[in-house]
Amino acid sequence: MKRIPDALLMAMAAVLLGLIAGALLMLAIGSNPFEGYYYLFRGGLMNMQRVGNTIALSTTLILTGLSVAFAFRTGLFNIGAAGQMLIGGLCATTVGLLVPLPRPILLVVMVLAAMLGGALWGSVPGLLKAKFNVHEVVATIMMNWIAYWVVYYFVPAYLKGQFLETESRVLPAASSLRTPWLTDLFNGAYLNMGLFIAIAMIIIIRFLLNRTTFGYELKAVGSNRDAALFAGIQVNRSIILSMVIAGGLAGLAGASFYTGYSANIQIGVLPIQGFDGIAVALLGANNPLGVLGAALFFGLLHAGKGFMNAMTGIPPEISDTIIATIIYFTATSLLIGRALDYVVRRKKKGGK
Amino acid sequence: MEYVVEMLNIRKEFPGVVANDDITLQIRPMEIHALLGENGAGKSTIMSILFGMYHADRGEIRVRNKKVTISNPNDATDLGIGMVHQHFKLVENFTVTENIILGLEGSQVLNRKRAAERIQALSDQYSLKIDPYARIDEISVGMQQRVEILKMLYRNADVLIFDEPTGVLTPQEVHELMQIMKDLIKEGKSIILITHKLKEIKEAADRCSVIRRGKLVGVVDVKDTTEKQMAAMMVGREVSFKVEKEPRTAGEIVLDIQQLNVQNARKYRSVKEFSLQVRAGEIVGLAGVDGNGQKELVEAITGLCTIESGHILINGKDISSLSVRRRNETGLAHIPEDRHKHGLIMDYTVAENMVLKTYYHPPYSNYGVLNEKAIAQHAAKLIELFDVRSGRGAFTPAGKLSGGNQQKAIVGREIDMDPDILLAVQPTRGLDVGAIEYIHKRLVEQRDKGKAVLMISLELDEIFNLADRIAVISNGELIDVVDTSETNEEEVGLMMTGYKRGTA
Repeated sequence: MKRIPDALLMAMAAVLLGLIAGALLMLAIGSNPFEGYYYLFRGGLMNMQRVGNTIALSTTLILTGLSVAFAFRTGLFNIGAAGQMLIGGLCATTVGLLVPLPRPILLVVMVLAAMLGGALWGSVPGLLKAKFNVHEVVATIMMNWIAYWVVYYFVPAYLKGQFLETESRVLPAASSLRTPWLTDLFNGAYLNMGLFIAIAMIIIIRFLLNRTTFGYELKAVGSNRDAALFAGIQVNRSIILSMVIAGGLAGLAGASFYTGYSANIQIGVLPIQGFDGIAVALLGANNPLGVLGAALFFGLLHAGKGFMNAMTGIPPEISDTIIATIIYFTATSLLIGRALDYVVRRKKKGGK
Repeated sequence: MEYVVEMLNIRKEFPGVVANDDITLQIRPMEIHALLGENGAGKSTIMSILFGMYHADRGEIRVRNKKVTISNPNDATDLGIGMVHQHFKLVENFTVTENIILGLEGSQVLNRKRAAERIQALSDQYSLKIDPYARIDEISVGMQQRVEILKMLYRNADVLIFDEPTGVLTPQEVHELMQIMKDLIKEGKSIILITHKLKEIKEAADRCSVIRRGKLVGVVDVKDTTEKQMAAMMVGREVSFKVEKEPRTAGEIVLDIQQLNVQNARKYRSVKEFSLQVRAGEIVGLAGVDGNGQKELVEAITGLCTIESGHILINGKDISSLSVRRRNETGLAHIPEDRHKHGLIMDYTVAENMVLKTYYHPPYSNYGVLNEKAIAQHAAKLIELFDVRSGRGAFTPAGKLSGGNQQKAIVGREIDMDPDILLAVQPTRGLDVGAIEYIHKRLVEQRDKGKAVLMISLELDEIFNLADRIAVISNGELIDVVDTSETNEEEVGLMMTGYKRGTA
């Protein structure tokens, strides 16, 4: 039998514990947890449309999760996925609204613009870290707010909507990542071509990290910067490139969210998916496939919470609480690992 | 009272290994009792049991003829047992006093002054020469260790455990420490000295318990036993301290350092007008007290720092402004001083570490894509050739290897690059006798193959054993270069303090 990887086991334990904690919470407010979970999962999965929406929510999380996970493998903590995603979305929306091109070319240009915008946003903290040793956590948080204010002034000035000052015009169907056959297949769900980008990115990033010399260098810098320097690896170059790629991934998340899931961009909002990406990366153990699983699971929790609320009166915040609890358990995975070890050992002893 | 501490028939198992198998350890009052064994023999385990960090599966512990259970370090402290850990447990930006009273602050009001007075008194009593108000990051490593000792004395410990205490010390500091230990037992303390350095045991210890692979091999009186006998007990076979070395005439100059000046991070010039030549087929040993510019010299040669002025040539080619990678490709290999920090990437497997400097070449990669098969084969070859032992061969994470095997892996990787000049910095630091013997042989082999070797070491024994010529550095300056056959330890020791030959 092939051994289940520790990381997967721990992630599953964290999820289970998170669900148990959620159940206790539901009990505490006098609801039936079985009913609650039934409607939560039903809300995310009961028909094609709901499945489509779950996957659509997950698409964004996959990309932001990959962004955080990728940076983390190089030893960088990218808190800036939200800002990179926002700028990516702004670039894609701007191109979608203002550049007259035939649809296939337009979509490609939009996606590229999103990626470049995100990459640009990621490159600044990367450069600051490499050149001046400015901590990337500080720099990426600053960049989040710069992105926030750029959108705040750019959208009303150049992309103003017909009725509201606070959001951009709605994208015409021709410049949306939604495509009729997908929409029809899932009964009008928000699912869009961003999904294919996300899946492609999982494959590409996985290959990049595990099979290329570039990935080898990045991971070497991530786990021991001194040894990498000593071996002749260009550490600063690795740091900058890593942040550029992480930013690009978050930028793609922006394209899939603002020009696929949604059809316009609002001002005054930092997308929560950028921060949820940290949770996704953490639960997914910074592994591209793990990110996929974690993003799908969190997508499900987000997609089903409204339905659960409608059917049972359990507040949708329970979903967020479960996510938060899972994060706690993942962060303390060392403890869980030890507990698992203990259980396994007891079992072995008992079996003797 | 015949024994102050007795550990009787202790057994401790970890999943898959028996770390301690029926070990009995008896410590007499007012003795220095050495605990000798190779890395991984079980020394740390048994001491951790005594200190309450692990629990024995079987066996009993008696302190002053009373059976005790020690379930955590506080119990050990209450029983008067204290430990100086290999890696100090001090808060860098606290003062000596603050560090010592940490955890014992007592009531709501912190009375630093009274504590400091008591620390001063203890320091005077045992002549530790410690200023209670000095900050930890301002005092030397040797003094930090004495703070650790004071910490135990402050807690009224009378059984003191020293875990590999000399690894971080200069030869002088080692000597001072030995003296302090002798003073401590005169004042009624008992000491357990964990080490694998025979010379120190010979110098300080009264009795010595030898452990090999979790079992007690024997207890000997140090004064009736030679170092060779103890080494044989520890390793389980005869060991030679002297490396066999044929005389050779050196060839062309390979490494040529000319009037090198290097500033350290604080803009202080720590290598001054340094010139040294290393020829093909010779080992030059650079002797010096730690912190006299060796680190900066190594960084300058390997390209980890920029130089202020001067030239470094390999085979006549100036490398002083090349990148680290270009220097490696020019024929420089480097066994670093700190294998954890610089030598290996602990999360990477042995196989991945073995190509740390060559991964970007075929056959290990083509067009940027790694060739895992070639990497694994390469690792398998080096593991075989350099006797690197590990649980899962090439696929073991480097962090899971023992120190000796980590070092063998690094030595293997660097020698396999077939360098013209091998820079070996403290190549055997912290290793046991078996691994030292092995690595020394490999260095001599390089020399015999006609390669140049520059070895930087703080251990004079090692330098005298291996080097054909000895260069001495003091305060960043080259004091002199002498033939090993025409000098002795005293003369080199004197040069290390800055005196030139003939001027003292």
